[in-house]
Amino acid sequence: MTDIIGQLESRSEPAPGRISAGILLETGLADAVVTLDGPIGSLQVAFNDHGVSASTLLAATDEFQTQFEKRFGRRLIPVEAAPRRLHDRIVRAVESSRLGSLPIDLRSSTPFQQQVLKAVAAIPPGEVRPYGWVARAVGRPNASRAVGMTMATNPIPVLIPCHRVVRSDGSIGNYLFGSDTKEALLAAEGMNVAEQVEAARSGYRLTGSATTHITCFPTCRHARRTTDRHRRWFHTMDEAVAAGYRPCKVCRPD
Amino acid sequence: MEIDPWGVETVTQDLAELLAKDLDTHFEDFVRSRQDRVYAGMLRLVRHPEDAADLTQETFVKAYRALSEYSALRIREMSLDAWVWTIALNLCRGKGRVKRPTLVPLEGAELTARSAEQEAVTRIEGDRLVTGLRRLTPPQRETIVLHHVAGLSYREISEATGKPEGTLKSNVARGIQRLATILENEHD
Repeated sequence: MTDIIGQLESRSEPAPGRISAGILLETGLADAVVTLDGPIGSLQVAFNDHGVSASTLLAATDEFQTQFEKRFGRRLIPVEAAPRRLHDRIVRAVESSRLGSLPIDLRSSTPFQQQVLKAVAAIPPGEVRPYGWVARAVGRPNASRAVGMTMATNPIPVLIPCHRVVRSDGSIGNYLFGSDTKEALLAAEGMNVAEQVEAARSGYRLTGSATTHITCFPTCRHARRTTDRHRRWFHTMDEAVAAGYRPCKVCRPD
Repeated sequence: MEIDPWGVETVTQDLAELLAKDLDTHFEDFVRSRQDRVYAGMLRLVRHPEDAADLTQETFVKAYRALSEYSALRIREMSLDAWVWTIALNLCRGKGRVKRPTLVPLEGAELTARSAEQEAVTRIEGDRLVTGLRRLTPPQRETIVLHHVAGLSYREISEATGKPEGTLKSNVARGIQRLATILENEHD
């Protein structure tokens, strides 16, 4: 009899580790993370019930876990796969380089930061805009610095394309994962990085077509249609206007 | 203070206080301090280890959802172990839906490392006892498991099941007697 009680009381079965991980995921105390093919190398994407909460180009999951837990105060648990619907939307966002209908969780960003990140998400793939343009887009034309800070702390890089935001002089500028990575991401989207760098170096911020008399940012998809024969370059908007050009309504360089 | 059969002093009151103050920060501690015992109990109440794991997970998920609705005052006054087993028993008895988890943690991605040795111990003793337990009446089985496996006091079991302590004690005494007979006859 005492043997039976002894057997019953012997502590023989620690709960499998998947239980606590599962509990934290189901209760929203942890986000899940999956690794998938990104535009360059692999991309780790963290998500919860509210949507995608973070991403990184870091290769190591434990490093991402440490950063994530420090920043958001929640656990980050690697899972086999995202739920089907979300998985499809993430893959579509990566392949099209556009956020599209992908739900994102920006709860830990300020309202200003959320506005900025959403404005940045609207920059088309293969095109870049200066910090000042983003500041104007959110109605805070003097907030270029705050825009820069927001880019530096973008929780969802690559998917929210802060790599498409460049310095006011048109040079590529810094990036969370280094400026080489920024150039590689832009090149992967089909942007002519060398031309942008060269124009910035020569002090040209705007380009225009002698046939339409419209001036654009050099990477604007309309500017890219201009043939070399008709292409003109300007240092400033004043110079373009003085030459009889009007700002493009698509890339809005004014 | 009662010394539970696991040889660990229960610090229930402090934890209830912490959960009342900041549920999200301390819930993981609550899970870690209780999950082995809930799982061990579940293993003896249901047939498959997979079911025991799912039921354990669901018990804590339900516990979290309930706690997040409760006032701090109510949480402070709770008897956590008894309460968790109220949820667990309801799930065991098939009341309440057990949702299959939608997210599957990667193999090896568990938050705590466990030794291979521990894993091996898991398999011993196993089936004979569980098979014996299944031949008891449900109240006998549940009370034995709650008292001798989950380490609950009769007062706590009374809280979890709503039955008087006297009944519970006799459940255990008769159940153990019967279990002994069942296991002895097996040897013949």
